[in-house]
Amino acid sequence: MIEFKNVTKIYPGSDRPALSNLSLQIDNGEFVFLVGPSGAGKSTLIKLLFREQLPTKGEIFFNGKNIALLEKGALLKHRRQIGMVFQDFRLLKQKTVFENVAFALEVLGKSPAEIQEKVPLALAKVGLAGKENAFPAELSGGEQQRVGVARALIKEPTILLADEPTGNLDRGTSWQLMELFAEINESGTTVIIATHAWDVVDRMQKRVIALSEGCLVRDELRGSYHD
Amino acid sequence: MINFNSLKYCLRQSFVSLKRNIWLALVTSGIIAVSLAILGGFLLLAVNVGQFVTGVEENVEIGVFLQEGAEAKKVGEQLSALAGVESITFVSKEEGLEILAESLGDAILLSGLAGEDNPLPDAYRVKATDVALVAELTEAIRNIPGVELADYGEDLVNRLLKVTSWLNTLLVGISVLLALGAVFLIVTTIRLSVLARSEEIGIMKYLGASDWFIRFPFLLEGISMGWIGALASTAGLAFIYGKLAATLQQDAFAFFLRPVTALEKLLPIFLGLLLLGTLMGGVGSLISIRKYLKV
Repeated sequence: MIEFKNVTKIYPGSDRPALSNLSLQIDNGEFVFLVGPSGAGKSTLIKLLFREQLPTKGEIFFNGKNIALLEKGALLKHRRQIGMVFQDFRLLKQKTVFENVAFALEVLGKSPAEIQEKVPLALAKVGLAGKENAFPAELSGGEQQRVGVARALIKEPTILLADEPTGNLDRGTSWQLMELFAEINESGTTVIIATHAWDVVDRMQKRVIALSEGCLVRDELRGSYHD
Repeated sequence: MINFNSLKYCLRQSFVSLKRNIWLALVTSGIIAVSLAILGGFLLLAVNVGQFVTGVEENVEIGVFLQEGAEAKKVGEQLSALAGVESITFVSKEEGLEILAESLGDAILLSGLAGEDNPLPDAYRVKATDVALVAELTEAIRNIPGVELADYGEDLVNRLLKVTSWLNTLLVGISVLLALGAVFLIVTTIRLSVLARSEEIGIMKYLGASDWFIRFPFLLEGISMGWIGALASTAGLAFIYGKLAATLQQDAFAFFLRPVTALEKLLPIFLGLLLLGTLMGGVGSLISIRKYLKV
């Protein structure tokens, strides 16, 4: 379970808080949309969860532990159970699809045998079987993002964090990607998606947490993008 | 957090990075090689000068010149009785003249001085049991009646020691400056590697790679450059020194310059250079990593 307790984040050099006295809970296995205009604090919330940033005030608990207090080893463990998906995909251009996904296991020191076994499974799961040897530049935006998702999924994360995953994709492709996220969520993974794609949010009928200027303005179990 | 698979990955990464910046890596290794070769050259010189000075010191003899008409035998007895004297050799004025003629290489010049006209005094050459006793012993000998002059070339020995200590300081200073320059170059080279892989490093962080996993390839890269440079310098230095020593040993004119060839004296220098180069590479990359990798 994820719990934010009165979390305020003020970036150095800024007088306006990016997040202001935010409290919320997300249970394991939930599917959550973070919505709100640019600068509302969605990305900050994701960065705080990954502990890329520390809160200025307040506490963030993950499965009962205050993540600000994690020691080096525990922090690594925390980050390893989070899969990250980015708006700009962040694939390595000089690596093939297979190598990009394999990279996630390589950095964890997994054996070549395990990599050979798991990468094709992950690629099949996101619908990219047969594209192993393609380079990112040879793929469509939607396909590139699927590589990003496969890379996030292959280490079997308990949470999937996606920051504007459909920001660079057209509507049809966005919808397909969201269906993939829903599938992933059904297998038990908590999915948290920051997005501007209002039509997708409205159609999915999932929990919606709306932020505005760093404050929680709405939290609905079966919400839509707008009030 | 580093296991066998990670180690293999890191080795591959360092190799790829080195290959990508091969020219810069070679220049860096070259600068390390040059600075270490100069340092090594200085060390070899210092070892040889040290041996030369010790040789001079060990062969120090006190020249004792007798007054005109002094009884040589009586003075000899008194010399032998002094504490710290190992041996004494009598050099008559005739022998003295012969030695002088020999060292000048021209006996004819001195031919008129033989016999009654010989201006040289009788003399003794005194050898001390210990070099440290020489100065004291010379003082004591000067007090013996019939001794005109006692001298052991203290000026030469002292000047030699002064010059070598000056030389050592200067050479070590230059070496340190060169080494600092080399480390700076390593920092720059590694920084380029870090920049070339900045995107990858960012992704690695999100994938949960440990700090050491990210840093290790760069550390290896720096260490390899340092090690290659050190290897080149020791190999070059050993080759040149070997040639030089062989020539000096054959050259009759350089009989007084016996080069140091004892392996137990040379090996520490070469091993030290290898270690130093490796260390420079490691320290350089650690500085770079600390500065440019906020992981």
